[in-house]
Amino acid sequence: MALDATEGRLAAAYARGSGNTLQRFARRRSTIAFIMTLPLIAVIGGLVAWPAFYAMYLATLNRRMTSFIGLENFAILLDSETFRMVIWQSCFFAITAVLLKALIGFWLAHMLHHIPTKGQRKWRGMLLVPWVIPPALSTLGWWWMFEPSYSSINWLINVFGLPGVPWLGEPWWARISIIIVNVWYGAPFFMIMYLAALKSVPEQLYEAAAIDGATSWQRLRYVTLPMMRNIISITVLFSLIVTFANYDIVRVLTNGGPRDLTHVFASYAFQVGVLSGNIPRGAAVSLFMFPLLAVIAFFVLRGINQRNKEEA
Amino acid sequence: MSAATSRDVPGIYHKAGSLRAERRWALWTAYASLIFAAIVMLAPPFYMLLTSLKTSAEIADLGANPWIVRDPTLENYAAIIGNPMFRGFMYNSVKITVLVVIITMVISVLAAFALARMRFWGSQMLATGVFLTYLVPDTLLFIPLYQIVGSLGLLNSTWGLVLVYPTLTVPFCTWIMIGYFASIPKELDEAALIDGATWPQMLLKIFIPVALPGIIAATIFAFTVSWAAFVYPTAFITRPDEMPLTIGVVSQLIRGDTFAWGQLMAGALLAALPPVVVYAFLMDYYIAGLTAGATKG
Repeated sequence: MALDATEGRLAAAYARGSGNTLQRFARRRSTIAFIMTLPLIAVIGGLVAWPAFYAMYLATLNRRMTSFIGLENFAILLDSETFRMVIWQSCFFAITAVLLKALIGFWLAHMLHHIPTKGQRKWRGMLLVPWVIPPALSTLGWWWMFEPSYSSINWLINVFGLPGVPWLGEPWWARISIIIVNVWYGAPFFMIMYLAALKSVPEQLYEAAAIDGATSWQRLRYVTLPMMRNIISITVLFSLIVTFANYDIVRVLTNGGPRDLTHVFASYAFQVGVLSGNIPRGAAVSLFMFPLLAVIAFFVLRGINQRNKEEA
Repeated sequence: MSAATSRDVPGIYHKAGSLRAERRWALWTAYASLIFAAIVMLAPPFYMLLTSLKTSAEIADLGANPWIVRDPTLENYAAIIGNPMFRGFMYNSVKITVLVVIITMVISVLAAFALARMRFWGSQMLATGVFLTYLVPDTLLFIPLYQIVGSLGLLNSTWGLVLVYPTLTVPFCTWIMIGYFASIPKELDEAALIDGATWPQMLLKIFIPVALPGIIAATIFAFTVSWAAFVYPTAFITRPDEMPLTIGVVSQLIRGDTFAWGQLMAGALLAALPPVVVYAFLMDYYIAGLTAGATKG
């Protein structure tokens, strides 16, 4: 009875908010909701979806954007040695950097989880600093540390009696430098994500495993990793997107050099599209990222949905 | 404890002893790796700080240890703050960031409230769309946006950046705000409705105060992203007086044959200071926002 009365009052309240009938109220509520989401729809539609389709249209034009040339931009790109190198370099860079970030992040999170809770905050605060500094600016610091004649890293290497490294001068060292900076910047993010996941693993599982005589490796393999599987895959996939599309670090550190050998998709698209003024071909370069990103996005979405279902 | 039981389980005592040794060993490894990691993580900003405190002569001295400062000086900071171009970058960054944060928070709080509480046709699809947009990197869109911003006559203008930055901030902020709003118990809004609250009242008097930690986390995110944005300003701005800090420091301060490294590092550190200060004071909110993307919603 009391419940009925509450419901009646609720209905009345709903009705008062709008006019007379509940139906009109429902209609009005969805109208309000639609109006409230309108700015969001405008941003997503006007500044993300529309440019995405516009990019596809642009990529089919000739250099002066006067005539339709179909897929020729893509064909020309695939024919060029430089662009094939860009594809290879982007994939190599993204996969290596993400693997290293994930491993180092996992290791640090694990170490952080082991020390007494009181000290964790302090360490976490220090280790997250690279993630907080805008990457374009911290890369500037790295660039200075890699500087051929004043390199402070080479100075340290020389202290140990080893010869200095031509960090940004040799293609392979330049690639490694880019990966180092990216890992330095991104590993703290993985650490924070994994630490949050580690903390959510129930302590009883470890106790049960310890009673069954599990070694620390077995605890990691059969308790921690399965419990964190979902968050690990989401983080790795997400980072794969961001790393694959990275621009700041390559732009500041090598700007594509030496001899265009360290370009990734983003920096090459910039070079071709904005600096050389061939906008359609630049659009085509960045569109090459799209299929891979779409596949990754699909898996991220699936991971998130799975997680929601598990929690529900 | 009786003697009988302790005689029965010598194995356990032995195990416990080794367990303690194992734990102590684990603790040592943990501290050793954390110290090593902290040194590596903090070395670049520390070295930037060292360089910014050196005189040009000391920087150019190839024989000296680069990791120590012999006579620290603040002249680089004085020079960079006295540089009107740098102050212009700072002003542009502050202007853009403040506007973008306000725009982002208004758009995403309104939309998240509607998406979390008022089901309507297509709302589920829109929520998924928001998340997908978050996954679209800026480097995929900067060329078409370059054309679009150009056709609006906003190239080389901070207003062009204010227009496009919300694409970086709005999806994520909306996404985490949906999560925070959805976690507010339904009883709360029912109570408000019974008391005759309207939707705007409900949003302002219940949702925003209750979800304040989420709002702070989203604001910090919007702030750091628009402060650090690099791709769009690099593509859209070529005139120094319209540049924000990131691209201004990277492109304008490294002109010429001899780089003024001390000034450059001082400028980069000053430019990085606002997000670092925000982080230092609001670390917990910052981390909440960081982890919310995958653990909430």
